[in-house]
Amino acid sequence: MIIAAENISREFIRQGKGTNRFIAVKPTDIAIEPGKLTLLTGRSGSGKSTLLNMLAGLLAPTSGRVLYGDTDIYSLDDNRLSAFRMEHTGVIPQGQTAVGSLTVIENICLSFMINGNTAGRAAVRSFARELMTKFGIAELENELPSALSGGELRRMAIARAMIRKPDIIFADEPTCDLDDENTELVLKILRVAADDGTAVFMVTHEKDASVYADVHFSMNAGEISTV
Amino acid sequence: MKLNESLSFRNVKGRPARSAALIILTALMAAAIVVGTITVTSLKTGLGALEARLGADIMVVPASAASKKNFENIVLQGSMGYFYMDRSYYDKVAAREGIEKISPQLFLASASSGCCSVPLQIIGYDPETDFTVSPWIRKSTGGELGLLDVVVGNDLSVFVGDTITFYNVECNVVAKLDKTGTDLDTAVYTNMDTIKKLTASSLELGMNDFSGIDPDKVVSCILIKVADDYPVDEVLNDLNLHVRRTKSFRTKDMISGVSDSLTGVSGIIGVLMCAVWGLGLVILFLAFTLSVNERRKEFAVLRIAGASRRKISRTVVSEALIITLAGGIAGIIAGLLIMLPFNGLIEESVGLPFLLPEAWVIAALCAAAAAVSAAAGAAASAYSAHRISRLDAGLILRGDN
Repeated sequence: MIIAAENISREFIRQGKGTNRFIAVKPTDIAIEPGKLTLLTGRSGSGKSTLLNMLAGLLAPTSGRVLYGDTDIYSLDDNRLSAFRMEHTGVIPQGQTAVGSLTVIENICLSFMINGNTAGRAAVRSFARELMTKFGIAELENELPSALSGGELRRMAIARAMIRKPDIIFADEPTCDLDDENTELVLKILRVAADDGTAVFMVTHEKDASVYADVHFSMNAGEISTV
Repeated sequence: MKLNESLSFRNVKGRPARSAALIILTALMAAAIVVGTITVTSLKTGLGALEARLGADIMVVPASAASKKNFENIVLQGSMGYFYMDRSYYDKVAAREGIEKISPQLFLASASSGCCSVPLQIIGYDPETDFTVSPWIRKSTGGELGLLDVVVGNDLSVFVGDTITFYNVECNVVAKLDKTGTDLDTAVYTNMDTIKKLTASSLELGMNDFSGIDPDKVVSCILIKVADDYPVDEVLNDLNLHVRRTKSFRTKDMISGVSDSLTGVSGIIGVLMCAVWGLGLVILFLAFTLSVNERRKEFAVLRIAGASRRKISRTVVSEALIITLAGGIAGIIAGLLIMLPFNGLIEESVGLPFLLPEAWVIAALCAAAAAVSAAAGAAASAYSAHRISRLDAGLILRGDN
């Protein structure tokens, strides 16, 4: 399934003295293809994460539309969009994100818990363990996130994004704050996912990441360009 | 298990100190409801029972007694104390117009020394003319009240068939009365012959409190039921005008003093309950708002994992419900543990008729307390639930909000 953004833009209003509108993402067209790792680089504040969030169905654009195949995702109501997001996307958010009261394996299986669907639970757990083994966090299955290092948390977030075998993985600065060893590991994991047929869209500052990319865009002051 | 159930439980368990503090706060709020409403209901029930129990429209006492300290409690609630007037007043009162029923009572107090089982008010009455004691006999051996037979109040821990000793005289418990929630529940009723025997015995024991008291010649108060055709006020005025050295009271007016006190106590309890609840709701609101605010990233993670806004909202509210229901139940149990075993102490300390309501009323009050506690949780968390569910996960994760 090709994910295409048509003329999407996003405006924000900064509250201060008077009203201060600013455009984080200027009208943009972009297509993300399955089996490819698409890289988006740019300076801080250039609008990379805003574009990623709009593509991921997490932030409605001010104008334009985001199509997953033929489906305009922002024409769906919240329940249907949430279900659609759950089914088709995996998101690795910026920073360290986890539900503090759940164990590592529960965090990874989170989207299945949200469903309330216990059917096939064993198979889901088995796949979660497979991912944990692949990412070197198998022994942390029953630990709480507070016991994990930054690198381990990031790998847990990647496993969580991949648990449903999504059509597309969005990774927002997945190597931020990681040491060289973990950075390489994370980039390799995303590369393998793309090789397996998943569309991967990665936003990063990491200069070396372009080695792993099939398509490379750059963003500057809300405008996107091909590198 | 669905996430909005399990995650809420896990969040409550995962923050034990915060959850325990909020559960204790909610428990205090629920306990305030249980203790407050049961106390007010008990006071109202007690007043109702006292009104029904008195039965008389008018009470006539010696004029000097009316100025006695604790006078109303002695005549209305059976508190210990005594005063007397010549029995001729009984005949004078009985001779007035508009009187349907009339019966005398004579007050005696037992001693706290070893000659008596327990210090209490002993009330001599005339079973022949009585209309205020007999209707409230709950259990009896049947038959007439003979010499040394007594009828006991509900709170005395003796049973029908037992004996109880006053001034070294062993008396037979032949009947027990319904509860009133006043000192009448610890009073003992008997006929004038037994009173005579008890006063004689007290004198033999060297106690001179009742020297010169001849139950055949004196009475403490006279209870009157006014005939249907006569206005009570008219009979009352007539008695106050024509039977000198006595003072006649309308019993309803006497109870109105108790009723005023009850209104005052109820008001204070109401204000205290409102204060506890007002403060509690503010704390709960702040606690849930702060808690949700500091976990914004967690909720953003739920959103990216596919949770809808409604599901996020439900997760927050159900977490609040778990805390407030747990606290509510704990508070109800604590409230019952205060009210049920210690209602006697509360009765003593408030000095007003105090009668616990029936079990179904208490159960209804507890259910209401649980419902109000849950509603408080839902209300206190509704704002933060709505707010967090409206925020865009993308903005939270970017840290723009």
